[in-house]
Amino acid sequence: MTAIELATSNGTHMAETANDAALAIRGMTVSYGQKPAVFSVDMTVPVGSMTAIIGPNGAGKSTLLKAALGVIKPLAGTAHVFGQPVSTSRERIAYVPQRASVDWDFPTRVIDVVLMGLYRELGLLGRLRGAHKAKAMDCLERVGMQDFATRQIGQLSGGQQQRVFLSRALAQNADLYLLDEPFAGVDAATEKAIIDVLQTLQSSGKTVVAVHHDLSTVCDYFDRVFLINTTRVAEGSIKDAFTPQTLQEAYGGRLATGQLGQTALGA
Amino acid sequence: MLWHALTLQLGYNATLVTLGAMLLGIAAGVTGTFLFLRKRALVSDAISHATLPGVGIAFIIMVALGGDGRSLIGLMLGSAASAWLGLLCIGFLTRRTRLAEDAAIGAVLSVFFGIGIVFLTFIQTMSEGRQAGLEGFLLGSTAGMLFSDTVIIAVGGALVLLAVIAFRRPLSAVAFDPEFAASRGLNVARLDLIMMGLVMAITVVGLKIVGLILIVALLIIPAVTARFWSERVTGVLWVAGIVGGLAGYTGAAVSAIAPALPTGPVIVLFLFAMFALSLLFAPARGVLAAVLKHLSFQRRVHIRQGLLALAQGQPIYEKLTLRLLQRAGLARADGVATQDGKARAAKALRDETRWQMARSREEFALAATFYDGLTEIESVLTGDQIHELDRLIGAPKAVHS
Repeated sequence: MTAIELATSNGTHMAETANDAALAIRGMTVSYGQKPAVFSVDMTVPVGSMTAIIGPNGAGKSTLLKAALGVIKPLAGTAHVFGQPVSTSRERIAYVPQRASVDWDFPTRVIDVVLMGLYRELGLLGRLRGAHKAKAMDCLERVGMQDFATRQIGQLSGGQQQRVFLSRALAQNADLYLLDEPFAGVDAATEKAIIDVLQTLQSSGKTVVAVHHDLSTVCDYFDRVFLINTTRVAEGSIKDAFTPQTLQEAYGGRLATGQLGQTALGA
Repeated sequence: MLWHALTLQLGYNATLVTLGAMLLGIAAGVTGTFLFLRKRALVSDAISHATLPGVGIAFIIMVALGGDGRSLIGLMLGSAASAWLGLLCIGFLTRRTRLAEDAAIGAVLSVFFGIGIVFLTFIQTMSEGRQAGLEGFLLGSTAGMLFSDTVIIAVGGALVLLAVIAFRRPLSAVAFDPEFAASRGLNVARLDLIMMGLVMAITVVGLKIVGLILIVALLIIPAVTARFWSERVTGVLWVAGIVGGLAGYTGAAVSAIAPALPTGPVIVLFLFAMFALSLLFAPARGVLAAVLKHLSFQRRVHIRQGLLALAQGQPIYEKLTLRLLQRAGLARADGVATQDGKARAAKALRDETRWQMARSREEFALAATFYDGLTEIESVLTGDQIHELDRLIGAPKAVHS
């Protein structure tokens, strides 16, 4: 194969993966002040996959998601969703922020939070109709929270709060779900309920990306991993990318080698 | 006299002013609710203090151009311009320097107010300045208001109110969860700017009646008061509008019979009365309700613990527990259970055993999350499920060898 042929085939290959991908991030750099939190990161998430973003604290996991969504402005880089820029394909993306990022004493009820997921359908002055409420109730039922619809959100436990957030994302009826630490500080029953919902989404062809911190459940919950520590360390199937070597590289000395051997499948 | 003022019988002009103040109060209450929900209440204080230099400069310019300098619309334009400048300064200090917003607010507020006072003092020395009555802008005054002034205030208030109602959904979305709102394509920075613009409009419109020092009260206290009464944004908006409207109405009415009394403080006192009543007596979030709720909760805990102790034949050491059991007719003074107490104690122990079983079984995992020692098991599980638990408790335990 000549050098020119090689270059061409590589070029088409790159273009294809970017266009086919549910999420394609290229050259993303985000910085708070003078220190980049995320530096020149590429990420390619295939349609229908379930990807865990993992890495040590402060590695830029949440920042990468927020920058991809335009929630924070990156210094450089682009993000495409199903081949389109994020700004023109927001209907296809559902984002679940960290539970702790909002004030749970806000005067609102569970169902009102879910209805926020229908905001784009409603528009500025559109009236809330029975159909919207029925849809919101349906989404609450999928996470087992239908009995809490009229509760004030301040009365919920951490796990219940997380379910409501997931329910709001479901209401958007998106194709790509981006979740920031959905299992942080939730009870076992909620963790089970959330993973059931996510796996159901995947089996209906949706794509799921979640920032995840529990290395012991990565293999059970996800089929792909994305390891990050400011820059991309590894990306791919559990078998290829979730190995003692990649974990060592991402976490440095912060994990005991025994722990690495236990958690990584590829050992 | 007060009654006449409150029932709008003091003549055409006073009536008009009172109604204008009411409309302003409604608009301020509703607008301020979003400020409160977004936790930016203090910014409004900076905005209002930053209006003062604009008032002074506008007066001087109008006099220099040969006018009398007291045109309300001219003073409003001047105050809006300097308030906007103050807002830009806060934005710049917060974003471009390492100063936190509270420090930026403090700096802008005091510097602008100081400059404004210098202008006002200078105006006092001008021949046109002595009767200008610009001090009225500090604490508010309805004395000498023209018909056109009232119309400006009423129309301004109404326009702001309409704008806030139109933007209520995106504004609540940004206040509750700005990251999610941004992910949906809402421009958070622009919506914050719209909110600040509306707050500024209220401030400028209300300057004459309420005064710049106390307008922050008309923006914030209605929302804070309303929060005691409602758990929904819509409810808070309604109550805040009503509270603000009542305060504006009363303030202007009282001021009509006592022209020497500045309007701002009257409005604030009235707002404070409504706030204090809500703080104490609101049904769900009030102080009294919280105390009663705590006492009743404490009673449930002690009775439950007492019953479990009785059922297991343990002595009750705590005097409060014994007293509560006695009062409920469940135990005698010497700590021996009554007939009724024995039955309740047996049930408490049985339910506790059921809970323990539920918590140890996978199939009851969801229900078990409701266990807190107090929740009645019947409120979580169906009769059949409880039956199943009883069967499990009764069944001989599996032998591990």
